[in-house]
Amino acid sequence: MEIPMIYYIVLSLVMFFAGVYGFITRKNMLMMLISIELMLNAVDINFAVFNRFLFPGQMEGMIFSIFAIAIAAAETAIAIAIIINIYRHIRNIDADNLDDMKY
Amino acid sequence: MEYTLFILVLPLAMFLLLGLLDSKLKPRVAGILGTLGMTVCTALAYFTAFQFFTQPRNAEGVIPSQVPYNFEWLRFTEYLHIDLGIYLDPISVMMLVVITTISLMVHIYSLGYMHGEKGFQRYYAFLSLFSMSMLGLVVATNIFQMYIFWELVGVSSYLLIGFYYTKPAAIAASKKAFIVTRFADLGFLIGILILSFFTKTFDFATLTANPSAIITESAGATFLGCSVASWALALIFMGGAGKSAMFPLHIWLPDAMEGPTPVSALIHAATMVVAGVYLVARLFPVYCVTPEVLELITTVGAITALYAAIVACVQTDIKRVLAFSTISQIAFMIVALGVASDTDLHTGLGYMASMFHLFTHAMFKALLFLGAGAIIHAVHSNEMSEMGGLRKYMPITHITFLIACLAIAGIPPFSGFFSKDEILTAVIEKSTFWGIWMTAVAGLTAFYMFRLYFRIFWWKDTDCSHHTPHEAPATMTMPLIFLALVTCVAGFIPFGELVSVNGQPYHIHLNWSVATTSIIVAVCAIALAAWLYLKENNKPTAMANTTRTLHTAAYRRFYIDEIYLFVTHKIIFGLICRPIAWFDRHIIDGTMDMFAHVTQWISARIKGLQSGSIQGYVWILIMGTLLIATLTICCCL
Repeated sequence: MEIPMIYYIVLSLVMFFAGVYGFITRKNMLMMLISIELMLNAVDINFAVFNRFLFPGQMEGMIFSIFAIAIAAAETAIAIAIIINIYRHIRNIDADNLDDMKY
Repeated sequence: MEYTLFILVLPLAMFLLLGLLDSKLKPRVAGILGTLGMTVCTALAYFTAFQFFTQPRNAEGVIPSQVPYNFEWLRFTEYLHIDLGIYLDPISVMMLVVITTISLMVHIYSLGYMHGEKGFQRYYAFLSLFSMSMLGLVVATNIFQMYIFWELVGVSSYLLIGFYYTKPAAIAASKKAFIVTRFADLGFLIGILILSFFTKTFDFATLTANPSAIITESAGATFLGCSVASWALALIFMGGAGKSAMFPLHIWLPDAMEGPTPVSALIHAATMVVAGVYLVARLFPVYCVTPEVLELITTVGAITALYAAIVACVQTDIKRVLAFSTISQIAFMIVALGVASDTDLHTGLGYMASMFHLFTHAMFKALLFLGAGAIIHAVHSNEMSEMGGLRKYMPITHITFLIACLAIAGIPPFSGFFSKDEILTAVIEKSTFWGIWMTAVAGLTAFYMFRLYFRIFWWKDTDCSHHTPHEAPATMTMPLIFLALVTCVAGFIPFGELVSVNGQPYHIHLNWSVATTSIIVAVCAIALAAWLYLKENNKPTAMANTTRTLHTAAYRRFYIDEIYLFVTHKIIFGLICRPIAWFDRHIIDGTMDMFAHVTQWISARIKGLQSGSIQGYVWILIMGTLLIATLTICCCL
């Protein structure tokens, strides 16, 4: 029995808003990074699902999700590097302490 | 005669050389270089004059004018193009000779006079610049080229008046000269534009060949009751009046005496100040088609002549006396032009007389100024009261100064007699009233010149408690002697044969009734001056006291400067400029300030949005997105 498309979409919706919630509420920057990953993965699922159910003969959606995964990996590396640098400066990775760029 | 171009190029090259090297050259080398350049220039000018005046006359007995060099500089339309070139005709060649001669004399004289001055090289550079500009002015082929060089002489005059730039009076005088002449040149420029708009040409040859073009082309166009042609020519004359220090634009010339004395001799006596006369003479056929402008010129000239002569009688600074005498003598030339007409040789006598007087006046007035320079050099003062009895100490200066005074007073056989006689004849034939007027001015001229002469060289016998004045060095006396010789013989030059209103030879014959009258008037005036000033006495003081009001008014130059100050400061600055400044400061600036203040106020209110907390931004972003999405959905439904 095939799982209907709506299940996948609900899953990705839950994942995405879990990511948004996490991004807004968690103060630790690593946690915020993980939340971003969660949102990205939700989008990847959407790509794969829509490709699988709506355009079965084609591969663009799959290719896109693989592409997004690769980008996410690179982006994570950079984000981690930035976080480490911030840690070296202020001995802390709390987002609330990073308000030097205000007016 | 293409070599005439070098008459212009050489001083320009000297200016660049001396101006760029400046203090890298030794002062002496700079002076000698400048003088050598001018010597070559003078030789070229003399050769040009020789070649020009000895060439065969054409069928009408006119010496054909030449354009040895001309190129198109700016082309606007087929008709309207500005050329630069060299135009040789009798008056421009005559001016070349005058300018190079005086300039050379001043160059030599300055070697002695300016010896040891700071900025000696700069002085010679400016002299070369001035010579170049003035020569360019007289050989201009078109009125616009003349205007360009006209401004250049204005600039070099400014630079040379302000040569002693550490002296506040010199700075003020240079600015005054520049602003007043610039103001007059505004009229000149407008006049040029109107004239060329209607005639479609700048070219002198075209303009003078068909002088009535301005009348026919601008027919019907009037402004304030006068034809446009009259306005154009009157405005052009305004430029000339500014440069030639005609009343009421004369105020800059007496102050210009703050410059070094040789500069006064070169620029403010002999060459630049006659530019206005030259301009009117150059456009003379055009002026003849508007007799009302010629009448204006006559009136302005006659008033100036009398005014300047009266003021010159009471000044105590010897250079100021000479300055006012210059104004008065230039007014003579202007009046002579005003009464002339170009119908035939006889009625055109004033034109020839004006040019003749320009020539002789340049020589003897330069001589007077250079003599005054020698005196100032010896006494270290400009004031008459510091002088007196100098004839024993400075014999050469004394004799040459006397010759120049006799010439300007109109005593035969010196040059001034001949030219002034021609002017008076021309004026009397046109109008008896102006004739008597100008004869009276000639008498005043003789009086104030001999007042000056007696006060400097006679008056008191014992002099100089602190030091004895000494004769000037040879570099200064040589030009004096040369110019004195020229003054002695210049009257016998057959000037009318070379320069006349239509180019045909005119044989000068003295009108003995006029000549006798003017000689008698001059001799009486000299006798009066001798009676008052030969020996030290209190007659002059007593006379001044009896006519206290007139004397003070004349001494203060009839308050013309004060009137100018009143008009500029109280009326123009106070009533026009100050409200405009207020409007600018409060309305225009105020509007801009208001924009700035409003922007600042708004930004101060909303700057709290930029909190620096990322999560806050994301919250707003998401809420905003949701809001837009909701709105979109609502609208679509």
